[in-house]
Amino acid sequence: MHLILFIVFAGFCVAGAVNLLLQTHPINSALSLIVVMTSLAVLYLLLGAEFLAVAQVIVYAGAIMVLFTFVVMLLNAGREERTLGSRAAMVVGFPAVVALMAVAATVILHTQGLGTAAMRDGITSTQELSTVLFTKLLLPFEVTSVLILIAILGAVALARPGDGERTSSE
Amino acid sequence: MNSEFVQMLQQDVPLSWYLMLSAVLFSLGIVGFLIKRNLITVFMSIELMLNAVNLSFVTFAHQWHAVKGQIFVFFVMMVAAAEAAVGLAIIIAVFRARATLAVDRIDLMKL
Repeated sequence: MHLILFIVFAGFCVAGAVNLLLQTHPINSALSLIVVMTSLAVLYLLLGAEFLAVAQVIVYAGAIMVLFTFVVMLLNAGREERTLGSRAAMVVGFPAVVALMAVAATVILHTQGLGTAAMRDGITSTQELSTVLFTKLLLPFEVTSVLILIAILGAVALARPGDGERTSSE
Repeated sequence: MNSEFVQMLQQDVPLSWYLMLSAVLFSLGIVGFLIKRNLITVFMSIELMLNAVNLSFVTFAHQWHAVKGQIFVFFVMMVAAAEAAVGLAIIIAVFRARATLAVDRIDLMKL
């Protein structure tokens, strides 16, 4: 059962990611990224991370991707025209991707002692997670809320029209 | 033959498969970062890479039965949310200034 679910949703993940690369319209790329993120939520659930699966759907597939589709529609982003890109990407980028993938695959496949995942493994409950989060890691959690606050202020400050534009429109 | 198939389906999944999936998604994210020519889709590729890293965090949290790995993913999600808000605000500001989203035409700081 675990194997079937893994194969199906890993397939969805890779297909969505490849589709993200192949589509030329940003809205199609955004929708395939939502597919990737929702399938990743199922994989988190298979690995026993129930809270993260829910947070993945709400935060990533919900909030962040809504923001993305909103911006795509707001800016009326059309089809992208494919160009060859920079020479640095061709000379350094693609060989680096291949090398990274080869090294990662070699290391992963040669690592001893990696376990297996099965349905009977049990899940990490939200209670366990929050006990650690709100006792040992309380300070980082509070710092995160400050970070979010700064991000909100920064987003508002960046997205609102500057002074020069306002005088020119008046 | 049929019972063998059923037995195969009841097998456990090695965690190395999850790590391989994570590596593949990360590489696809880098390729997207390199070949995409729209500012928003370049940003989406970065989100894809963040998700790939999160998957390997969750896999290792499962391997070591550690809760802290999952909490780290939670922090990565929070930072990604903040990053998406600020990044998309920057994209809106760039679009307002240059009236284009093509990365080839946003080359003021290019060497």
